[in-house]
Amino acid sequence: MKYRITHSTRYGYDEAIPLSHNVVRMRPREHATQTCLQYQMLVLPGPTVKNEGFDYFGNHVTWFSLQEPHTVLRIAAESEVEVHPSGPYDIGKGLSWEQAAQLLAIAPDREILAAREFVFESAHVPWSAELAEFARISFPAARPFLACLLDLTERIHRDFKFLAGSTEIDTPVEEVFHSHQGVCQDFAHLEICCLRSLGFAARYVSGYLVTSPPPGKERLAGADASHAWVSVFVPGTGWVEFDPTNGVMPSDGHITLARGRDYDDVGPSRGILIGGQSHWMDVSVDVVPMESA
Amino acid sequence: MQGPTTPDGVETDLPLRRGFADNYGINSPFPDEMVKPDRTLRPHWREFVSLLDELKPGEFGHRRDLARRLIHQNGVTHNVYGDPNGLDRPWILDFIPLLIAGAHWDAISEGLVQRARLLDRLLADLYGPADTIYSGVLPPELLWSNPGFLRPCHGIRLPRGRWLHLYSADLVRNETGGFEVMSDRTQAPSGAGYTLENRIVMSRAIPSIFRQCQVQRLAPFFVSLRETLTELAPANHENPRIVLFTPGPYNETYFEHSFLARYLGYALVQGNDLTVRDTIVYMKTLGGLQRVDVILRRVDDNFCDPLELLPDSYLGVPGLLQAVRRGNVAVANAIGCGVLQAPGFLPFLPAVCRYLLGEELKLPSVQTWWCGQPDILEFVVQHLSEMVVKSAYPTLGEDPVFGQNLTREELSTLERKIRKRPANYVAQKQMMSCTTPALIGEDVEPRRFVIRSYLSAYGDSYTVMNGGLSRITQSNDTLVVSLQKGGRSKDTWILSEGPVSPVTLLPPTTQPIAISRGGSDLPSRLAEDLYWLGRYLERTDTQARLARGTIARMVDQTGIDSAHAVQVLASAGRSKPLLSMGAELEREFIESLMGKTKSDGLRGSVSNLHRLARVLRDTISTDAWRILQEIYRAVFNFRPGATEPMSGLLELLDQLVVTLSAFAGLASESMTRGQAWRFLDMGRRIERAAFGTLFLQATLVEPDADPVLLEAVLEIGDSSLTYRRRYLTHLEPHAIADLLLADDTNPRSVAFQLALLDQHLAALPRDLAHPDRNYDQRLLLKLRTSIQLADFVELCSVGAGRERAEFDALLSGVLEQIAQLSEAIAQLYFSHAIVSQEISGVREDHP
Repeated sequence: MKYRITHSTRYGYDEAIPLSHNVVRMRPREHATQTCLQYQMLVLPGPTVKNEGFDYFGNHVTWFSLQEPHTVLRIAAESEVEVHPSGPYDIGKGLSWEQAAQLLAIAPDREILAAREFVFESAHVPWSAELAEFARISFPAARPFLACLLDLTERIHRDFKFLAGSTEIDTPVEEVFHSHQGVCQDFAHLEICCLRSLGFAARYVSGYLVTSPPPGKERLAGADASHAWVSVFVPGTGWVEFDPTNGVMPSDGHITLARGRDYDDVGPSRGILIGGQSHWMDVSVDVVPMESA
Repeated sequence: MQGPTTPDGVETDLPLRRGFADNYGINSPFPDEMVKPDRTLRPHWREFVSLLDELKPGEFGHRRDLARRLIHQNGVTHNVYGDPNGLDRPWILDFIPLLIAGAHWDAISEGLVQRARLLDRLLADLYGPADTIYSGVLPPELLWSNPGFLRPCHGIRLPRGRWLHLYSADLVRNETGGFEVMSDRTQAPSGAGYTLENRIVMSRAIPSIFRQCQVQRLAPFFVSLRETLTELAPANHENPRIVLFTPGPYNETYFEHSFLARYLGYALVQGNDLTVRDTIVYMKTLGGLQRVDVILRRVDDNFCDPLELLPDSYLGVPGLLQAVRRGNVAVANAIGCGVLQAPGFLPFLPAVCRYLLGEELKLPSVQTWWCGQPDILEFVVQHLSEMVVKSAYPTLGEDPVFGQNLTREELSTLERKIRKRPANYVAQKQMMSCTTPALIGEDVEPRRFVIRSYLSAYGDSYTVMNGGLSRITQSNDTLVVSLQKGGRSKDTWILSEGPVSPVTLLPPTTQPIAISRGGSDLPSRLAEDLYWLGRYLERTDTQARLARGTIARMVDQTGIDSAHAVQVLASAGRSKPLLSMGAELEREFIESLMGKTKSDGLRGSVSNLHRLARVLRDTISTDAWRILQEIYRAVFNFRPGATEPMSGLLELLDQLVVTLSAFAGLASESMTRGQAWRFLDMGRRIERAAFGTLFLQATLVEPDADPVLLEAVLEIGDSSLTYRRRYLTHLEPHAIADLLLADDTNPRSVAFQLALLDQHLAALPRDLAHPDRNYDQRLLLKLRTSIQLADFVELCSVGAGRERAEFDALLSGVLEQIAQLSEAIAQLYFSHAIVSQEISGVREDHP
């Protein structure tokens, strides 16, 4: 599938800001099943300085600074991405979760060792005995690892209620666990927490999702927002993705923007303003399948 | 060896005088630096001990007190966190230095240099390919779950590929006499400045002993640090701008930051003094932005850049990391070096040394076990009562726990805690470290110690400071020497075999530097602090003069009725007049002036002076600093006597007025007429003009001013002599008003202050692109005109029962405009004070 993505962000300030520095991650990643055919980012007013590069996790980064007084900042990122289906995975086969855990622990090769970085705790994802216990139900003896993972993903989807605005960016994952509600970011953190607490390597993926319009209705532009899901390391297979918010394994409907240990590593935009009292912002994301565009 | 001890420690008959080392540490179980187990002196201590013993009776105490006084005078302080009185705690220097033989130190130095090279290579590896992790030399936890590992710093390319420029190791001597490293300081090592200050004090307190002992100098270390920093500059190689980046006056070691900045000749800056534009770091100065080439930092890694590191850091400089990445500025140490302060690395250093350098590690670490490995964990748990347990990563912020002090129950709690997150803990065996003599009260007693050694990068290697900051424990039960917890420090003398040649800090003169008479590179924040220093100096002065004049009339016994004058004067400048009489008025007056809770009294002004003096420590001269310290001590130590409170106070006020004029003299005689002086003087002038106006309003607006009051007005206004020369003894309000307000030949008049302000404003740098930005000058012109146009004969004439309402209105107008002028100056020159805020991202809200 090919998609055209428009991700626009607008910031407004109560008084002219003489100087602002920004870090933005809005160029979709490239990997085996995803190619970024085109990308451009527009900043208004035009930034005085703009540099590009990649961060520690291989995400594309743009640094820019506005050095003239401004009261509104617009960032518009446009990209065209081609996504191929991943898999297929034979869920009922493959190595058991016990074997996976053992391979990770002894890390016989560089790839497995590198994956270990995502076993450890991170800012939003501490290890939790409570969440490990919750997760263990999906891990009966000798069950294939992929089956365990899909089961856990489906359980989170079933047991937790999506409720926009029910949590804040820094709501602790254990609180989400107890309240049984949250948004996609919380469910991603929750599943990562479950897996890391059992000793598995899991990372956070931010990206976009195409929501199919109800039959007979037009797609609503801007109705789509950025999404988050998880990617789990399966020794011998590599990184496999799961979407606990929807209880599915992503295929060619999920467009990967960035990856990291948790939300802190992938936030699409961050800025420091010099001066100013308060600001507002609005974001719109538009993901259009190119065949129908 | 001289001195009356025998090797077996038994006193010989008839010692003439007790020797320094007599009876020293007879019952101490620890091996010692000064005496061997048979209690004879070690050879390298003999000269020093005999020189001390040769001092005349009483001389020893005299020298020790001199050292204390020097510390006090130089204002050496450190701040203690979490203690309301912890700011500016005086530094405590033990009078007996620690002596180390040169040959022994050379061996230690070799080990230290190797260790610095090793840690530098390890940093380059961890922030690069991480081969040490992938080849299994280091467990991955130590990097990937280390809070000190800052991923945004990964892959940054640095000049010479060097990460570590300044390194420091805490050394202890074990029971077999070898030195071991207890911890590595790789982030922003503190204490080199205190070490220097200790040395300056010791070499002044006992100069001849210092000379005869042939102590090696500290200066070569600082020379090499300076050269290294200069070489780091990405541009302006001839004369790079190097700054010392401090978290500010509330930091534990702020004194040291300002001391080092002065000693090295660098500007002392806080985050707000710097700004990043075009990915270049600039210092904000009155003359505009000035490029910064090298930053010697004392701000912790994570606080350096709120854009990419800790977002809520107000200490940092947004965009700094990107400037480093682009190679436009060099930061020493490189941001991220703190990762190696984790004690978890200690057990692996021998292997890392073989892997990265192909050498055996020369200087061992104190034996340390990292609990992240199952077999090690079991070993540690079994020996928990003999261990000191620490966080594997210092940023986790847990204090070390001493197993031997724990009950069985506490031990098992500790065990459970470790088992929950084994990789987060290390254990060290409690060691039997050496002691060294310390002066405890009047006695010389053995104390355990830690030496903090310092290394500076130099060329491809490192230079070791020949000396260090030794710290001794409060008691011998513990090896914790935190100065935060009341430890004390010592000078460390590395003794030379031969004569010691002097070193100068002046740079080698390859090229004469360009002569500069500017001064426009004064950081805006400093300009503001100087301005306020000027204001508070003047405020203190006028408060003292006013109080002196008031008290003189309170205690006046000549029989003239001065009750009205006293009442008016005592209330002058206060929002609420003092209405009581007699003794009650005196009590209230003292309270309002000296009361602890009265922020608008003298104590309030002086504590502001003190605060500013601390911030400006590196800008004002040492003599000026001492004067300010003296004022602070005099006012804050003042206790009104129970019987004659007024006479003690009068004495204090007299002393204050004299001391303050000494400061003014110093400023006018020895400050160059640059921007710093200008802002200091502008502060004084604004304050003097404001007070003069306020004072006239309090005294002359009321129509029934009696001669006693008018006399006092002239005296407090310091204009009696001039008045008498002109008008003899005839006291008239309008003539007084003219002299104190409008006469611009009288240096105490309001008009005179405004005339000087006009000169100052004309000399300040102005943005010529914005000609409308001279509203400060327009305001001043209006102000001066309103005073020049005043007709005092008419203003001071009193109709039937009326007050001098128009005079009152004039003075109120003047006061208001002076306040506006001060605002305008702040807006034009101090507007850097704008703070930054973080905006962050989008919240994923998709179902």
